[in-house]
This record gives sequence, C-alpha cells and structure tokens, in this order.
Amino acid sequence: MSALTVPARPDGDEAVPRPLPWRRMAGVTWRQHRFALAGVAVLLGVLAVYEWLTGESLYHAWVAATACHPAGSATCQDLVRAFPENFLTLGSLLQVVPPLIGAFIGAPVLARELETGTFRYAWTQGMRRWRWALAKLVLLAAALAAATGGFGLLVSWHFQPYFGTGNQALGLPQLSPFDSDVFSLRGVALPAWTLAAFAIGVLAGMLIRRVLPAVVAALAAYAGLAFAAGLYLRPHYLTPLVTRDTNVPGTAWIISQWWTKDGKFAFGFPPFNLLNQFCSAPPGPSGKGGGGLSFTQCLAPHGYTQWTSYQPASRFWPFQLIEGGWLLALSVLLIAATIWLVQRRAA
Amino acid sequence: MNVVEASGLGKRYGRTWALRECTLEIPAGRVTALVGPNGAGKTTLLNLAVGLSAPSAGAVSVLGGRRAGSPAALDGIAFVAQDTPLYKNLSVADMIYLTRSLNRRFDGPYAKARLGELGIPPKRKAGKLSGGQQAQLALTLALARRPKLLVLDEPVAMLDPVARHDFMATVLAAATGDGVSVLLSSHVLTELERVASYLILLSQGRVRLAGKVDALLATHGQPSMEELAMAYLRENLSEVTR
Repeated sequence: MSALTVPARPDGDEAVPRPLPWRRMAGVTWRQHRFALAGVAVLLGVLAVYEWLTGESLYHAWVAATACHPAGSATCQDLVRAFPENFLTLGSLLQVVPPLIGAFIGAPVLARELETGTFRYAWTQGMRRWRWALAKLVLLAAALAAATGGFGLLVSWHFQPYFGTGNQALGLPQLSPFDSDVFSLRGVALPAWTLAAFAIGVLAGMLIRRVLPAVVAALAAYAGLAFAAGLYLRPHYLTPLVTRDTNVPGTAWIISQWWTKDGKFAFGFPPFNLLNQFCSAPPGPSGKGGGGLSFTQCLAPHGYTQWTSYQPASRFWPFQLIEGGWLLALSVLLIAATIWLVQRRAA
Repeated sequence: MNVVEASGLGKRYGRTWALRECTLEIPAGRVTALVGPNGAGKTTLLNLAVGLSAPSAGAVSVLGGRRAGSPAALDGIAFVAQDTPLYKNLSVADMIYLTRSLNRRFDGPYAKARLGELGIPPKRKAGKLSGGQQAQLALTLALARRPKLLVLDEPVAMLDPVARHDFMATVLAAATGDGVSVLLSSHVLTELERVASYLILLSQGRVRLAGKVDALLATHGQPSMEELAMAYLRENLSEVTR
C-alpha cells in the first residue's frame, strides 16, 4: 500500500512499474501448452476426417432415397433401408469430446504448476500473477472455442440429413434438432460446453492442486452438469407449446403428454385396465391398441383428450443461444474465481 | 537500504506457527545466510519475502519499503525456490524465452554466455539436465533478470560437492562483481562459511540470532559460523529439554 505513494526511487526505478504488455503471454502460453494444443488438433483432425467421410456417404444415401420416384417402389424402399442409422453411435461418441478436451487441457494448467512446484518460478517473475493467469486462460479458452466451433460446423453438416422434414413420410430416420445426442454437438453448444469443461477443469486444478485427481473431478463435475442441464434446464428454456393435436411434427421435442376428461387432468399415461376396456386388445409395444387404433383414437370417443407439450424445431437457435449464453457466463465466472484464487493463494 | 525488513512477522499453518514474531532487517550489499535446522521456518520466511505467501501477522517489506509480492518488489527480486523448479518438458532455450518474456529486464547475452561456459546445450530439455545443471540454469535465469536481491532457498541441498562449489562460486561472483544482495537459506553450513557476511539463525519458527558474521563470532567467542550455530542450537536445545 505504501509502495503506491512512494515517489520515484533515487536509483531511477519507478515505484509502481507499468505492467508488462499482454502480448508477451502469447508466446509463453504457446511454448508451455503447444503439445496439449497439438493433441487437441490431432484428436479433432482425426474425428473431422471420419465425420467428413461418413458424412459424404450419408448425403449420397439421403439424396438417392429422397429423389427416388415413385416413393413406394421396391427400388426406393431399398434405398430407404440402405440409409445408415448409426447416428446414435457417432453422436454418443462425440459427447465425450468437450469433457475430454476440457479436463485434459484445463485441469493441468494450474494443477501441474502446483504439483511440480513451478508456480514458485511462475509467480515470482515480473509478470503480475493475475495477468499471467488471465492471459493464459483466455488464450487457451479462445483456442479451444475456435477449434471446437469449427468442428461443430462439420458436425452440424454431418447430421443435417437426419433433420429433413420429409424424412418421416419417406420412412427415413427423423431426428429432432433437440435430440439429446446431437443438440450439444451443433451450433454454439459445442464450443460452449468445451469452454465450460475447460473452466471446470482449471478451477478443479487450482483447488485440488494435483493433475490426475483434478482431471477426474472435472470429468465428474462435467458429467453431472451435462446430465442436469439436459434433464432439468433445457426443456424449460422457453415455455413449451401445448396442443391437443395428436399430429405433432416429428422434428418437435415432446416434453410431456397427459390426458384430460371433462376439462380435468385424468392421467399421464392411460392405465392398463382402461385400455383393456376401451381398446379392444391390450396395447402392443408400439403404443397401438387392438385393430391398429392408437390410444388417442380409442380413448377419444369416451371423452378423453390427449394433450402434448412440446418445443417446436423452430426454437432450435433460441435454445442454442440460451444454452451457449449461460454456459459462457458460467465459464467466465469459474475462470474469474480461479484467477481470484491464484492471486489470493498463499503457498 | 535494507533488502528485507520484517516486523512482528508471523505465519501460521492451521494451528502451527511456522514463523513467529520475526523482526529483522537484512542490509543490502551482502550475502546473508539464513540458517537453522529443518522445519525452523526458513522457507516460510523466504516465501513471505518473495510474496508467494501472505503473513498471518506482522508485515514484511523488501528493497527499501516495497510491499513483498508487489509488482515493484517482484521486478527487483529473483527467487530460486527449493529443488530449483523448472518446466521439465521445456528446452533450455524455451526457459530463457519464458524468463525473458515474463520480466522487464533480461540480459540475454549474459544468460547465453553463462550457459555456454557451463556446457548446457540450449536444445536440451530442462528435465534431462543433471541436478547441478538444473540448479545452474535456474540460477542463470535468476541472475539474467539483473535483480537487486537474489533469494535462494536451499540451493545446494541436492547437489554433489563439486556442483555445490560451482554454484556458490557463481553466487559469490554475482554478489561481489555485480553488487547483487543475496539472501540464501541452508541447513548445510560448510558452503556458506566462505560467502556469507551476515547471519540469521532460525529455530522453531523464531529468530535466534541476527547480525554481521564477524561481530557475532566475536561476541560469542566462536571460531566459525558453523560452530556458532551448533553451539547456539545445542544451548537452545538444552534449554528446551531442561
């Protein structure tokens, strides 16, 4: 405190030296983290090549199936059947990209310094401690966001055929853009989730001070967050639309369904005895009652109305922006907390 | 000018005081030896002086009144921590680049010449250097910052006698040739005898003795620093056990 008011020292030093320029941290960050960043580039590169090759064949199959005339012919049916349905495998596989990148890049940034003792070197140089931390974290976060953002575009392109609005009519697999396996891999969600994973990893590393436990903790925290977000937050970003129309488009995200009778809530799912009574045969696994009638068709004459609350596909981008927004805010908060801890930390 | 001034300085970890009621002034232009048995509080005092940790009590300032750990303080102090931490996967050249980038002053030609003399190849990874070379690299990086105060925590503890001798020769050259004030801690007293002219003896978290080496030797009637320290610690120990 007193140092702030002390005038220039006799030997010519400024009492409070001007901070070193930010740009110096670029080279420092690069030299310290180039192997980690190269690892990310290789991982995303290999996945991108795979995405590209499988995406190409996917598009060919889709174009062939949708352009085929007449639609019901045996040739066209073969083309529809030939359309690959392996999106779930790839979608689930790619779910691990953000947590892996985030945890393995984020957690060691500070944990390795603290574990090996190099923080005693880094934090006693002329570069102010908080500037050192802020510059490093922002540069790494920006690099990861840019890389995964670009990769996200490719993923979006890859899955596009599954979102075709005419797919259902042709018998092709139809995905809702909100499908939990692909929503977080497209648009701004992929870089945002990667950023969040990175921020979680960085904070875990600062708190736990050891690389491996920090990586594990970051992965666990990320899994909890992703699970909770998909289950409890995402369905409620915007108030769902409610309809009694039973023909909800296949691209919509069904949030819940329930039945009413005489304007009052009846049940969430028709009880078995009711179905037995009104639908001539017990329901099959496809939800169809006897005689090919759906629940709706056989229950409607008895005064039951089916209601559906859903998120229409047109809300994809608002949902992406909402998710990207809160994840970005969370990441900024976690990184700010980390920098505060770095500045405050007593060895 | 005093390079370190502490008043009522204390540091507590949980319930244990690693350092207590430490009041001292370390004058500039000298090599000061901070000695004492393991766990005496040497590293704690040095960490407080370089701003790596914050005091639990009292205050410490460096380089004539600069708050320890403040930007002005860090500009003038170079610190080589215990076990000379370096980024093991970075090359010697990268370590030079890092230290140059992270500091206002950096004497590149000095660093290159010094490493050349020591036969440390710039492309070698820091982790692949011998213990003595790693210590020399850390010391060279610290001295190339042209500090006013060089702080060394147990710099020679891990080194063999030859490396130890070479290391201390470099420190002494910086102190006498370039007028760098040096504060170094050690529990090995033999190497300090030649270089230190100011002594601080710590034990059990308290400053037991502080002053110019010749004056302390004269007052206590001891022939050498080592024997002075030994005599004092024995006496102290017997006081405790009595």
